[in-house]
Amino acid sequence: MATVSLSPSRRAWLRFRRNRLGFWSLLLFCAMVVLSLMAEVLSNDRPLVVRYQGTTYFPVLRDYSEQTFGGDFPTPADYLDPFIRQRITSGGNWAIYAPNPYGPKTLNYFAKSPSPAAPTRDNLLGTDDRGRDLLAQLIYGFRVSVLFGLALTAIGTALGIAAGAVQGYFAGKTDLAFQRFIEIWSSMPELYLLIIFSAIFAPSVALLLILLSLFGWMGLADYVRAEFLRNRQMDYVRAARALGVGNSRIMWRHILPNSMTPVVTFLPFRMSGSILALTSLDFLGLGVPPGTPSLGELLSQGKANIDAWWISISTFAVLVLTLLLLTFMGDALRDALDPRKAEK
Amino acid sequence: MMVPTLGTNVSSLPPEGALAARGGPSPLTPLLDVRDLRVAFGGKEVVHGINFSIAPGEKLALVGESGSGKTVTALALLRLTQNAEITGSARLFSPQYPPDGRDLLSAKEPELLRIRGSEIAMIFQEPMTALNPLFTVGDQVAEVLQLKQGLSTRQAWAAGVEALAATGITEPARRALAYPHQLSGGQRQRAMIAMALACRPRLLLADEPTTALDVTLRGQILDLLSDLQRQTGMAVLLITHDLNLVHRFANRIALMENGHLVEEGPVSDVFANPRHAYTRRLIDSRPVRDVDEQAAAVSAPVLHAQDLRVIYPIPMAGFRGWFKKGEFVAVRQAGFDIRPGRTLGVVGESGSGKSTLALAVLGLIPHTGALDVMDCRWGPDAAGNKAIRRLVQVVFQDPFSSLSPRMTVEEIVGEGLLVHEPRLQPSERRQRALAALADVGLDEAQFPGLMSRYPHEFSGGQRQRLAIARALIVGPQLLVLDEPTSALDVTIQKQVLQLLQRLQRERGLSYLLITHDVDVIRAMAHEVIVMKNGEILESGPTSKILDAPQHPYTRTLVASAG
Repeated sequence: MATVSLSPSRRAWLRFRRNRLGFWSLLLFCAMVVLSLMAEVLSNDRPLVVRYQGTTYFPVLRDYSEQTFGGDFPTPADYLDPFIRQRITSGGNWAIYAPNPYGPKTLNYFAKSPSPAAPTRDNLLGTDDRGRDLLAQLIYGFRVSVLFGLALTAIGTALGIAAGAVQGYFAGKTDLAFQRFIEIWSSMPELYLLIIFSAIFAPSVALLLILLSLFGWMGLADYVRAEFLRNRQMDYVRAARALGVGNSRIMWRHILPNSMTPVVTFLPFRMSGSILALTSLDFLGLGVPPGTPSLGELLSQGKANIDAWWISISTFAVLVLTLLLLTFMGDALRDALDPRKAEK
Repeated sequence: MMVPTLGTNVSSLPPEGALAARGGPSPLTPLLDVRDLRVAFGGKEVVHGINFSIAPGEKLALVGESGSGKTVTALALLRLTQNAEITGSARLFSPQYPPDGRDLLSAKEPELLRIRGSEIAMIFQEPMTALNPLFTVGDQVAEVLQLKQGLSTRQAWAAGVEALAATGITEPARRALAYPHQLSGGQRQRAMIAMALACRPRLLLADEPTTALDVTLRGQILDLLSDLQRQTGMAVLLITHDLNLVHRFANRIALMENGHLVEEGPVSDVFANPRHAYTRRLIDSRPVRDVDEQAAAVSAPVLHAQDLRVIYPIPMAGFRGWFKKGEFVAVRQAGFDIRPGRTLGVVGESGSGKSTLALAVLGLIPHTGALDVMDCRWGPDAAGNKAIRRLVQVVFQDPFSSLSPRMTVEEIVGEGLLVHEPRLQPSERRQRALAALADVGLDEAQFPGLMSRYPHEFSGGQRQRLAIARALIVGPQLLVLDEPTSALDVTIQKQVLQLLQRLQRERGLSYLLITHDVDVIRAMAHEVIVMKNGEILESGPTSKILDAPQHPYTRTLVASAG
């Protein structure tokens, strides 16, 4: 008998760590997410710090007018303008630019070649057909995709667990009614509803999140329901009821922890599904509002400009890498939680 | 002179070569001779070099607790174990074979295929899973005959029906057309035996053939095996943990512990004069009666039941079933009293309604009629029932499903206090939990970090102690024990029963003890009720019911307990 006591979830985590492909996928994915969260520092058309005539400015945090740096107009400064650039870097002045000096929406009015432009030293991955830097687009697009995927997964999982738990625990008539409701609800044409709603409301990420969440919870609810139906018959639940423990407490403390296996196993796959859903909708033009950096929109640009190979190939690579990492994680997680493998 | 294994310490492993063998009637040519059999799974050895032999027509019992390696040994003989590394030799002798026999462990697969079924057959514990649910019983018996003896379909079917008839199945021609689920447990086991014996094997490996059956059926199946053995002259290797069966059936006994063969010899000899400490422990494991006979026989009952009736809704056939549910009466017109400090035993076979009775007493299923605990009665509102829940607690049969695998010992044992004494400080709750654990014989000295351990780190008997501690912590008057020791090994069973007896003496607890095991009733109960098909057939003081049973069913029950 081990002297150090490990909880079942801790042992599953140790098994997950032993799967090197899955574990390194998790590390790499986390690193990518953290980097994308710092996108403003990595890829920005505004310098991070400017020292101009003895005063320190932080353009990345605040707007300054062109006049601040000796320009003629009271409009916000364009730091890609060779004039401004010359003003803030000559003499005793200096500026620290982000490693990739373009934001997701930055249009470079001073570009040397027509857009879409192939990769150069100025634009490492080239530009899209509106002249925006592709690398910046990918960084910000990845961030939007991942955050959207996380949010959709979290909402869908929470709804799915709640619905499945209620059905499975109370069973009988509650279960019957809920099942029929799910059958009706799941037969609604999701895509048409999205098209209709995107015509009625102004498209926004929040609207998209709500609409996709309305339909995304049903798959998981089935699994959670099955687990609850099985576990409610177990003797430890009977013993808890005999002790006088209330329904909600039994569901939360006794059954739920023992029903999490399908939930956790599906998390990475649900996340990759969510990212893919957003990408497809963006590709069709039903997704995030125009101007939001998005992988799907880049793919459709790649399709429209088939000779601008850098657009489609780099977007494709980012997408494949993301989904592949999630799938590797999912595989490792599934193995770690497999009770047959757990015995060994 | 002392035999080295006779040490009084109960440490199990005998020293090298310390097998307590004795000179029984040693067969001149054995049927099967096993030498230095070792079985390992993934480098971990579970059978550590055992030797035994079976003479033609001999009945050898291989006895041991769960995990002792007895089933693995039998499976290894036919090389039916998966991913196992088997070494040693198991020589099968026959006039047709070379004089030094044929080694089963090195035989080629086609040779083994021939031997399996026609020379050595096997029957398993659970006939429901050992029979294919998609084929009729007749098909399955006939298939063996077609494969092994090359009979035509028609001949095989006729021979199959004959084989079924030989096992005493009534109306064998009709039963042959039945699917496994249409037969009762006893009939299924008979069909399994028919399948195994269809080709008249010379050796039958019977792996716990009666464990899954009701007590009253066990004797019948064992008698059947005895009869068939006498008729055909085959040898039988009976694998079991039940010494009653060994007594009744076997000529010779071999005891296994942790993959070692610790003692071997003629049954009467071993029982009369056990040499190995483990054998003694096993023989001594019969539960001993140690209860307060005089306990409060006249005071007011803790539990009073009258006209108790429990029904389950069942679907009705046809159109009417759309609107109405049928009724299945699981318990009818039950009436009994349990007085402080006393135990009421409820005995009966599976499906007799005894577990339903337990659930009704616990207020977990609806019932009609009176069921009074002290002065309270189960009602519809949860708040009113909370007081009763504190008085009536439960210990279930299966120690593996009765503890949530994702809760620590502290959470499991402390749960009742969270419900019934929510104002308790965490530190007080911890103290109370520790005290309850100490009461059932679990403490920090034995298990460092006891409170933060998870159930999977405990053995079956220890888990059952945890379940008892969880029940005791709220201070109940009545403990419902639903087959509390059925899932445990016999030596552990004795310890748990002793613990329950001690708790009863110390605290004046009352028990409602549900079991199918007459030995447990004999050791524990003051009064007994015998149930069958939801009805109470007989009730009264334990000695009266068990020593002078009136109802014919009770008589079979007591007789089959040996």
